[in-house]
Amino acid sequence: MNPVWIILGMALVTYLPRLLPALFLDRFQFPKWFETWLKNIPYAALGALIFPGIMTVITDQPLVGLAGGAAALVLALLDLHITLVMAGSILVVYLLQTL
Amino acid sequence: MKSAQLWTQGFRAGLPIAVGYFPIAIAFGALAGSADLAWTDAVLMSVIVFAGASQFVGVSLFLAGAGAVQIITTTLFLNLRHLVMSLAINDQMRGFSPRWKNFLSFFITDETFALLTLGKGEKNIPVASPEHMGGLMIAAYLGWVSGTMVGALGAGFLPPEITTAMTAGLYGLFIGLLVPPARKSLRFGLVALFSMSINWGLGQILDQGWGIILSMILAAGLGVFLLREEK
Repeated sequence: MNPVWIILGMALVTYLPRLLPALFLDRFQFPKWFETWLKNIPYAALGALIFPGIMTVITDQPLVGLAGGAAALVLALLDLHITLVMAGSILVVYLLQTL
Repeated sequence: MKSAQLWTQGFRAGLPIAVGYFPIAIAFGALAGSADLAWTDAVLMSVIVFAGASQFVGVSLFLAGAGAVQIITTTLFLNLRHLVMSLAINDQMRGFSPRWKNFLSFFITDETFALLTLGKGEKNIPVASPEHMGGLMIAAYLGWVSGTMVGALGAGFLPPEITTAMTAGLYGLFIGLLVPPARKSLRFGLVALFSMSINWGLGQILDQGWGIILSMILAAGLGVFLLREEK
């Protein structure tokens, strides 16, 4: 089968979930609890995206990812700019692999 | 503020994501090449799918000889979490024209979502304007597409240590975005911790894709019910 068809199918099922709320959301006025739920979503999303995935930055070496995360945590607690927080975790994980 | 200025400002705000995506996209392009996909197929996928995790999984499945149905259903499940993220983003976009919303929704990824909802900075007010959002998302998009092109053409090879380190960098992005508001609000911090624990627990019994979307729904819900008193 021509891979282009598979790619088109992937594109369709990727765009649909992204698009559906854009099409329908305006027709609804949500109750208060639902608005609160939506406000919580970014924090819930980031929590789930970070852990336990961060332990698989290198498969079977959970400590490497965790060390990178710890560096980011410290830099973020120091209120540094997001680019520096990223740089910190990049540097730590790079050094742990090369040193 | 002028529209061009807003685009530029958003674009600049999105550059950290672009820088993080670029080397990972090179790795993706290289993987696609090793799966015997034409470089044009790899680039086409990045241009019209634009979803890192499912592109890696899709190509790996293709490499393993999986059929179209399996690849497409796996992609759908992996990306269902974007439905919830899009709900939250679109709630912030009430008032944008439908055309803008349809356009911007295409570019929702874990990273653009995170930066658009929790990014800060004097002018980088979350979802300030459609142009700002567009600039931010297109910066990320260009990083992903151009990296794919470089990798698929075999024009650039990055040692695996770099790609791994940049993956850690995207986790750094998430942590850097999460910490400041979690520090200010007990509720948001707890919601994130709930979500981590639920995802960890579900990870023992379910695929990662399901784990993340269920954790989002449940942890955000726990935040509503358990912490109702906090304004």
